Amino acid sequence: MARVVVDVMLKPEILDPQGKAVQGALPRLGFEGISDVRQGKRFELEVGDVTDERLAEVREIASTLLSNPVIEDFEVHVEETAK
Amino acid sequence: MRVGVVTFPGSLDDVDAQRAVRVAGHEAVALWHRDHSLQGVDAVVLPGGFSYGDYLRCGAISRFSPLMTEVVAGAEQGLPVLGICNGFQILCESHLLPGALIRNDHQKFVCRDQRLRIESTASPWTSSYAEGQEVVVPLKNGEGCFVADQDTLDELEASGRVVARYLDVNPNGSMRDIAGIRNERGNVVGLMPHPEHAVEEGFGPGTDGLGFFTLVEALVG
Repeated sequence: MARVVVDVMLKPEILDPQGKAVQGALPRLGFEGISDVRQGKRFELEVGDVTDERLAEVREIASTLLSNPVIEDFEVHVEETAK
Repeated sequence: MRVGVVTFPGSLDDVDAQRAVRVAGHEAVALWHRDHSLQGVDAVVLPGGFSYGDYLRCGAISRFSPLMTEVVAGAEQGLPVLGICNGFQILCESHLLPGALIRNDHQKFVCRDQRLRIESTASPWTSSYAEGQEVVVPLKNGEGCFVADQDTLDELEASGRVVARYLDVNPNGSMRDIAGIRNERGNVVGLMPHPEHAVEEGFGPGTDGLGFFTLVEALVG
């Protein structure tokens, strides 16, 4: 078994009000010096074997459903999971 | 005319949209998201609400419902389609309209009677208005901030595809005060405010929204 992770982030030029809200809360908690916060999404897809075909399929899933290419970018990577 | 109103799990304004269709003198046909047939309707309304709980992204899951396949195919053939609020989000996710709707810039849900200027009447959904006409209809959204890249915005403006613009205040941070847009052909319109809530005296801010449902030139095209 393996885990394929898809990270989805708003494109840099897209306003992220949620990230801004988080950033705004930090000084109130005493955390200074964080100049920006961006909030994204992480998807963990459990798959059998990681093959090129499987990864291509995950990329298709990421680009059609998990992300909206108009406003978001995504990255795919494989994480080994315990047997 | 027979105007279909699609109900998704989580739609809220489908019954109001059906009512607006009837008040405008047409027959409202209830359509279910899992069906595969548009039942021969002459136009389709995608109503407001929170389809699939707005999970993933607003409209992202609804886009893949069986009926949306038919709506997309119909729209490409010229079927008039109006997406209101969540319906607008679904149209953007379906790539029938450019851009996307993201969370309001001020992060709060907004609900107000909103003044708009009708910018384009080159659509069956807006042809009963005069260009530049000002109307007041309710607006209620949490993720109504219209965004697109500068080239897309310039193209929308240059081709007269901005259908309605916010007046007085920009309630959600939408770029260039855009409240609604149409596709090139004009048959597909997405609108963030809710004209279906302004079709009868005594209910809502007036009857300014009724014009969206009269569909006077809908059979052309």
